[in-house]
Amino acid sequence: MPSLANPTRFLDLAGRLIPWLAVLTAILFGIGLYLAFFVAPPDYQQGETVRIMFVHVPAAWLAMSGYALIAVASLGTLIWRHPLADVAAKAAAPIGATFALIALVTGSLWGKPMWGTYWVWDARLTSMLVLFLLYLGLIALWQAIEEPGRAGRAAAILGLVGAINIPIIKFSVDWWNTLHQPASIVRVGAPTIDPSMLGALAVMALAFTLLFVLLHLIAMRAEILRRRVRAMQRTQVEHAALAET
Amino acid sequence: MPDLGPHAIFIFAAYGVAFAAVAALAFAIVADDRKQRRLLADLESRGIRRRSAVTGRAGEPARGPRP
Repeated sequence: MPSLANPTRFLDLAGRLIPWLAVLTAILFGIGLYLAFFVAPPDYQQGETVRIMFVHVPAAWLAMSGYALIAVASLGTLIWRHPLADVAAKAAAPIGATFALIALVTGSLWGKPMWGTYWVWDARLTSMLVLFLLYLGLIALWQAIEEPGRAGRAAAILGLVGAINIPIIKFSVDWWNTLHQPASIVRVGAPTIDPSMLGALAVMALAFTLLFVLLHLIAMRAEILRRRVRAMQRTQVEHAALAET
Repeated sequence: MPDLGPHAIFIFAAYGVAFAAVAALAFAIVADDRKQRRLLADLESRGIRRRSAVTGRAGEPARGPRP
């Protein structure tokens, strides 16, 4: 792990991992979609609409995990001053925002036939919307401050403050009366979901996780290179100014 | 594919939105990565080096406080 603190070594490792991850992710999505549409049975209550679960639930998990990653990276920026921490946080924000958006939209499309409405202001849905807005806030903050070090520290504070929303999302279905169903997989005791659906969900969740890791590695590489390009352009300008004097 | 019943439109819309969002995100990230690599290669081809790369000792990877 300590060697990964060196951006050059990180770039080497990312370059080796990315092609393998891309292939593995594609294979897992192929298997997952086959299981989701051809193997998993319709639900006894929700019928065929339960197939939305195979994209909705992994997207929601990854949206929350992405923010947890940002919170840990924020600690890395503020406490340990790890050179890749703010790169990891910045790269994760658009990916997490996209997964949060997917969770919101697919949940809405699942809610309409099951609940009779696309949206209700209940605790789970609202806290998920807050997560999406937090992601947008982080992206806006990164865009607003030009100097990466300052932007990283400001975003790290927002990232840590916003982390309080993660347990609120998780336990919202227990703490308040919500239209959203309670936890059926990550809960005390065995999952309440039938094994015939659990297998497909597990494969799709793994595929989504690998997709997140893959996109995160590419985005981190792009961010490291962006900073190198900026440093080199600054050097170029300084040399040009020296040559003139 | 099984018959998805009267709610098929909601199922297809959910998967369609997810696919479109992921495709747009992946396209943006890969395009940014390619752009930065192209810019870096262009600067290096003109003989411009990072300060940390210039000051690094021979045979050792350059070390800088920031990436």
